[in-house]
Amino acid sequence: MLRYIALRGLLALLVAFTVSLAAFLLLNVAADPAQAIAGEDATPDVVEAIRQRYGLDQPLWVRYGEWLGGVLQGDFGESYYWHKPVAELVADRADETITLALSALSVTILIAIPLGALAALNPNSWIDRVALGVAVSAQAVPNFWLGLIMIILFAVMIPIFPVSGDDTWKHFVLPAFVLGASSVPAVMRLTRTGLIEVMGADYVRTARAKGFRGWPLLRRHAMRNALLPVISVLAVQLGQKFGGSVITESIFAINGLGRLALESILGADIPTVQMLIFVFAIVFVVMNLLADILNAALDPRIRIG
Amino acid sequence: MSTLLDIRNLSISLKLPDGTLHAVRDVSLSLDRGQSLGIVGESGSGKSLSALALMRLLPRGAECRPTRMAFDGQDLPAMPDAAFAHEIAGPRIGMIFQEPMTSLNPVYTIGRQMTEAAVARGMLSGSQARKKAIDLLDRVGIPDPAGRMSQYPHQMSGGQRQRVMIAMTLMLDPDLLIADEPTTALDVTVQAQILDLLDGLRRERQMGMILISHDLAVVAERTDHVAVMYAGEVIEQGAAAAVLRAPAHPYTQSLLQAIPTMGADPARLGAIPGTVPSLMHPPTGCIFAPRCGYRRPDCTSARPPVQQAGAVHDYRCVLSDPPTARPPAQPLAGHGVAGGEPVIAASHVTQLFQSRKGLFGPKREIRALDDVSLALRRGETLALIGESGSGKSTLARIMLGLALPTSGEVTMLGRPVAELTGTERASFVQPVFQDPYSSLNPRRRLAEIIARPLVLRGEGDSVSRARSVEQAMDLVRLPKRLLHTYPSQLSGGQRQRVAIARALVTRPEALVCDEPTSALDVSVQAQILNLLDELRAEMGLTCLFITHDMAVVHQIADRVAVMYQGRIVEEGNARDVLSRPANDYTQRLLAAAPRFDAMPEMEAAR
Repeated sequence: MLRYIALRGLLALLVAFTVSLAAFLLLNVAADPAQAIAGEDATPDVVEAIRQRYGLDQPLWVRYGEWLGGVLQGDFGESYYWHKPVAELVADRADETITLALSALSVTILIAIPLGALAALNPNSWIDRVALGVAVSAQAVPNFWLGLIMIILFAVMIPIFPVSGDDTWKHFVLPAFVLGASSVPAVMRLTRTGLIEVMGADYVRTARAKGFRGWPLLRRHAMRNALLPVISVLAVQLGQKFGGSVITESIFAINGLGRLALESILGADIPTVQMLIFVFAIVFVVMNLLADILNAALDPRIRIG
Repeated sequence: MSTLLDIRNLSISLKLPDGTLHAVRDVSLSLDRGQSLGIVGESGSGKSLSALALMRLLPRGAECRPTRMAFDGQDLPAMPDAAFAHEIAGPRIGMIFQEPMTSLNPVYTIGRQMTEAAVARGMLSGSQARKKAIDLLDRVGIPDPAGRMSQYPHQMSGGQRQRVMIAMTLMLDPDLLIADEPTTALDVTVQAQILDLLDGLRRERQMGMILISHDLAVVAERTDHVAVMYAGEVIEQGAAAAVLRAPAHPYTQSLLQAIPTMGADPARLGAIPGTVPSLMHPPTGCIFAPRCGYRRPDCTSARPPVQQAGAVHDYRCVLSDPPTARPPAQPLAGHGVAGGEPVIAASHVTQLFQSRKGLFGPKREIRALDDVSLALRRGETLALIGESGSGKSTLARIMLGLALPTSGEVTMLGRPVAELTGTERASFVQPVFQDPYSSLNPRRRLAEIIARPLVLRGEGDSVSRARSVEQAMDLVRLPKRLLHTYPSQLSGGQRQRVAIARALVTRPEALVCDEPTSALDVSVQAQILNLLDELRAEMGLTCLFITHDMAVVHQIADRVAVMYQGRIVEEGNARDVLSRPANDYTQRLLAAAPRFDAMPEMEAAR
């Protein structure tokens, strides 16, 4: 088991560095960073000066090598725009994004799993149809639009929650709902199909023959089996919440990593963008790793081959 | 002796999108305390549904209407669901199922699954339940029972899981045990052990038992009473000896004649013509009339009465005297051929498979075939018999030239099989597979399916292909009106005929049949075995026949090779091997095979 975790961890790290390399190449190929920093109207001399100052005149592989060397020592470089270490910048803003992502995931879990379970236990009933309707609409509505609608409804017309900002828990309710809603359809459907399949499984019939019915049957013999695939998907969804924070944080003016990412992309602040991509990639692979470990812990067929 | 179970006039209907399926009609069964009842019938006869109705485990949308369903004097339909689940399901009536591989929850330990029902009911404390579970695992023959408690189902074999299922059911000390095809998914030697175990436990605990099986031999050996079901009705029931040795209903009689037996010389099997009628609109008269050899006009006008054939033996038929005349046994047409020269020969074939546990697990090597030499001779039927995992299908694939062995050589018609082109191989030998439900493309019509090998070889034009297809359909006795139907519109037996027709359309000299009848009911198996016999006589077919059933070997084979753990442990003339097995594994296989041999009436009739 430990060997399995160690190997998976190593694999995760490799994935993260591959992503960072791809991101680095894309960033530098898409536009001339020196020109972007200097601005459109800058003279060639200024651009050239910036190029030399930030070492942008070096070949790509040297610059990636330097960046990689720094990362391995915990140094992600200095922001072109904020003029302070990128690591410090990211650490300052991480709190908001972690809070947002976790609360969004909670919203997903609290809506999707009970709804999926209800639909599964009453297939083709009105509950099932309502759940399906919710899933389809949630899938069809774009995130930014839902965000604006929520602001109009619950911050402007009925002012329960603040329009924007990140000072109190109240500020996080609407963004968490908006960000969480996008994952509800996938998770709900998976819960529904998984549970329907498990409830028809031979081992559930065995449990029924032993006299288990209703809630004890669900809890003791169906839930764990049905949730195994859901856990993997939730991990991916949590990773996506970090990526998805770019739009949601901008709409609700939350000063987190997503907004930092947007600002640094617009400002061609390459070191910051590089680190954010690296961090998001790490979050993604670590979440997947955690899901695999959790699956192995819950499913003996993986644990004991 | 008091009555334990009394079911009267049970009917079960299932609502389907295209109508109502009357799956069980007017079934009455009763069982005395400590006695055993066998329910036999072919697939779709309603035997499992009747048992599931008793346990309230019917699928959603099924409607169950008995006039009376009493267990130990208690009226079951009157009980609310919660009370039934608490008091009856488990502690009074226990049930074990056909699929031991999937009937235990894969994510919980054996110990938890065994103890939970008793503990949840408050019948035992955790430690008492654990002790009892260990005792029971020991009783059902699981080695190291205490250690097994912390293991998971996937760490055990199918036979062991079925033992665990039995022990788990006994945790609540039920008065009635329902075993629904408990050994169908298991190998014969394991089957015999499990049935012995169930029998012993029943006597030891004075437990009632309902044994549901499609296998009459299994039921004949193990039960006191037998009910024979056909198309949702009980058509005959009574004492096991009376029903199975002096059957009164024409269906039971035909069914017994359809089973290959090991006792006498093999003869043509008594196949039942036709198929089971649709249960969407069951006929008003006798349900068996359309296929019955004794049909009279009054069979179809009204439901036949129940007649007495003995003190505890009745049957539902218009004939007040059970028909006794049986058709004289016809000799087999193509049997008893001494093989000519070897046409496919494997010499010193070894097959290794490598597998990895997970992504990073260590490599493991499995020796599926270990230095196997076997020759198929022209004109003979060679049976390859062995239990699951013995390597017989792997050997068949290699002899067909579909796979190359790790080492060793296969020659076909004297040439190394690797040198032959696919077309050359295909024109000499064709395969027939086990499951006619998945081996035919559901989106193609029969005409296309059967013509496919010709199209692949680019042989003939559309006219000559159509003629070949019709000839192949004639050979397997499929009517031409089926040419443009899809496989889903056919019965299992018809589908297997299609598979054989497809194999024969290129006029091969040899067939390799991999368990061609094990997915079929006995009456259909009889049709297919008879057909293969006729084809041998007509075409001089050479046949490699893979099976796990000793009686089938006796029925069709000239020679037999017995496989065990990747080796051929015995090979020889079928009659010699079956009557005087030299190898102790062959002896075990033979001893475990259920049989009717001690049935003088049956033998006299043959």
